Amino acid sequence: MNQPASAYFIEDRHDPNETHTLAVLVQNEPGVLARVIGLFSGRGYNIESLTVSETESQKHLSRITIVTTGTPMVIEQIKHQLDRMIPVYRVVDMTQTKRSIERELAMVKVRGEGEHRVEALRLADAFRARVIDATTESFVFEITGNTDKINQFIDLMRPLGLVEVSRTGVAAIGRGPEGM
Amino acid sequence: MSDKSHDPNQMTGAAMIVRALIDHGVKDIFGYPGGAVLPIYDEIFQQSEVQHILVRHEQGAGHAAEGYARSTGKPGVVLVTSGPGATNMVTPLTDALMDSIPLVCITGQVPTHLIGNDAFQECDTVGITRPCTKHNWLVRDVNDLAKVLHEAFYVATSGRPGPVLVDVPKDVQFATGTYHPPRKSDVHRSYAPRVKGDATQIRKAVALLAHAKRPVIYSGGGVINSGPEATKLLRELVEVTGFPITSTLMGLGAYPASGKNWLGMLGMHGTYEANMTMHDCDVMLCVGARFDDRITGRVDAFSPGSKKIHIDIDPSSINKNIRVDVPIIGDCGNVLGDILQVFKAEAKKPDIKAWWQQIAQWRARNSLFYKKSNDVILPQYAIQRLFELTRGKDTYITTEVGQHQMWAAQFFGFEEPHRWMTSGGLGTMGYGLPAALGVQVAHPDSLVIDIAGDASVQMTMQEMSTAVQYELPIKIFILNNQYMGMVRQWQQLLHGNRLSHSYSEALPDFVKLAEAYGGVGIQAHKPADLDGAIKEMISVKRPVLFDCRVAALENCFPMIPSGKAHNEMLLPEQANDEATATAFAGGKALV
Ligand SMILES: Cc1ncc(C[n+]2csc(CCOP(=O)(O)OP(=O)(O)O)c2C)c(N)n1
Ligand SMILES: [Mg+2]
Repeated sequence: MNQPASAYFIEDRHDPNETHTLAVLVQNEPGVLARVIGLFSGRGYNIESLTVSETESQKHLSRITIVTTGTPMVIEQIKHQLDRMIPVYRVVDMTQTKRSIERELAMVKVRGEGEHRVEALRLADAFRARVIDATTESFVFEITGNTDKINQFIDLMRPLGLVEVSRTGVAAIGRGPEGM
Repeated sequence: MSDKSHDPNQMTGAAMIVRALIDHGVKDIFGYPGGAVLPIYDEIFQQSEVQHILVRHEQGAGHAAEGYARSTGKPGVVLVTSGPGATNMVTPLTDALMDSIPLVCITGQVPTHLIGNDAFQECDTVGITRPCTKHNWLVRDVNDLAKVLHEAFYVATSGRPGPVLVDVPKDVQFATGTYHPPRKSDVHRSYAPRVKGDATQIRKAVALLAHAKRPVIYSGGGVINSGPEATKLLRELVEVTGFPITSTLMGLGAYPASGKNWLGMLGMHGTYEANMTMHDCDVMLCVGARFDDRITGRVDAFSPGSKKIHIDIDPSSINKNIRVDVPIIGDCGNVLGDILQVFKAEAKKPDIKAWWQQIAQWRARNSLFYKKSNDVILPQYAIQRLFELTRGKDTYITTEVGQHQMWAAQFFGFEEPHRWMTSGGLGTMGYGLPAALGVQVAHPDSLVIDIAGDASVQMTMQEMSTAVQYELPIKIFILNNQYMGMVRQWQQLLHGNRLSHSYSEALPDFVKLAEAYGGVGIQAHKPADLDGAIKEMISVKRPVLFDCRVAALENCFPMIPSGKAHNEMLLPEQANDEATATAFAGGKALV
């Protein structure tokens, strides 16, 4: 590596990236989501997907599910940085536990006629996608599954007249009787 | 409904703020008034328990509060108005965040019903300051105010200390509600910093220390933040183990500079012996420091052969830059106490005579050497004289940012913690003068000196007026090299000596400037005049601007060049043109 004239050490990063899903339990108060997002943009971390909703309204708790990529050292940093925020209760690396279920919901609009229409319906059936809106020239499918399955379904719809997609982002939960 | 008019806890939001300050033992605050904080200023006017220091620019209030906090261990408090008052606080808040300084900043905000309307002097204060505070709050209901203020003090001062901000709309300041004194339940249940270190990790650490052949202790600002007990235990650990110790810029004074195990500061401008010891050690104990890039140099060549133990209260500091072998999350004082206890019970002082002999050889290189002159004052010499002539006095030092700051760190020996206030993490020019103000407010009878640069000092010069108003006899000791010396040095070493905009053109006459403010101006040109002038500065009981004319083109060495490891330092005697050209060879990058 040829280091340019600088008093900083300019590093080439070699470590491979990993994708991790993090579940973050937070106090539902104004600005909490901005804090989390600001942390990611401010420190240059990636957000692949982010889902948030209040999950326990009496206790004002929200659960944020974040899919992120980075080297193992960066993923470790992200977890610590999240954990030290004042309104954050817990951070669980769902990928590390290897015992989590991840789901995403997508609504997929397809427009077409004749053979394409029939093919779209047949594939939807194979993917257990439901028809939630239909006109003589279009369908809206609702599909739930992991990210790969949804990506695959969307790819298949593309040549059949894909118009648009709305996705919720990933939600994750651990298997077994214990909570996070 | 019950009659609340006689309830002493019924009061306006503005009154609650002053009351909370009193309940948290705050004696002095720094601030600047404006439309959105007038109700609070009205309350301040009608009491005498909290003294308010009126600065000349909100940034000055922030740095003054930092100086106050660092020299006392107590939180610094700032009160400023909405909009420009708040935005002027961004630099000191960021500075305090980087250096882990406890600050509580109260900002006024436009009335709740105007928020979001681009009202006069409205800005999104919590949005702007979210990334530069440990936490912040916008209070929309007067009945939440007491809880938020108490939580703010707790968050600022506990765990890894840092700045917090409470934004209070004007209608909330006017509204009446119920106050309550501080209580435990005021704090987020999700916030629980870990104080005690894990016992298994502590045993692992002791086992490493006990068998070390080439150990080093590397301490940082965390030890000072942890409090006097941590300093005491650190010194005891050095005594019990006989290990060499170095520290970061922020950690100076935790171990006395006159102590026999002291190696001097480490890092980019640290001593040769400190950096070589770090590079060649087999066991490194890092206490309350964070492996900053100015410390590590090239990370993949940082202390390659050592087992590293890292004590830090902030888990995110661990394994951020450098992978460590034994992380211990906890308060420095607490963990040092446990390590000492186990070490004393189960280990004995390792024999490291050979290591000390090696260190003696490195020391003999005399890496802080500089050529003295009878004609011009060398900046290093000026600091040495300042140190000698203030020895034994009750002295506090602040600095600006640049070469003078590094020379101060190299040549001024600190014997005690809390005596050295410098902007380490953010490197904020303009920090030192207002910080000195804050220190002097906390220690009215002490000698408080800002070791300044000619460029930096002009960034917050207006606070001289504050010093004069409150009769704060701060001493601004300017190492006037007529350059932004540190910038010039980098341009010389890294950019072909093209001195782009680093000459201090049109410098003011600092002596006249001092007099214009109502302070005292002193100038020294010749080494022979220096002692007398410094003595005069010390004896004057008024604010002083000391214009110390020093050699213009002196460089700060030793220095770890670009992308180099600790054992590739550039020493002053090698720093001829050819050697520097080779050491800094390479293209250019915008970093
Ligand atoms: C607010 C701010 N702006 C810019 C810089 C970049 N900078 C670092 S040192 C320096 C020059 C400082 O000059 P002076 O105060 O005269 O100190 P010297 O290095 O000459 O001792 C500059 C511009 C900074 N640290 N802070
Ligand atoms: Mg200068």
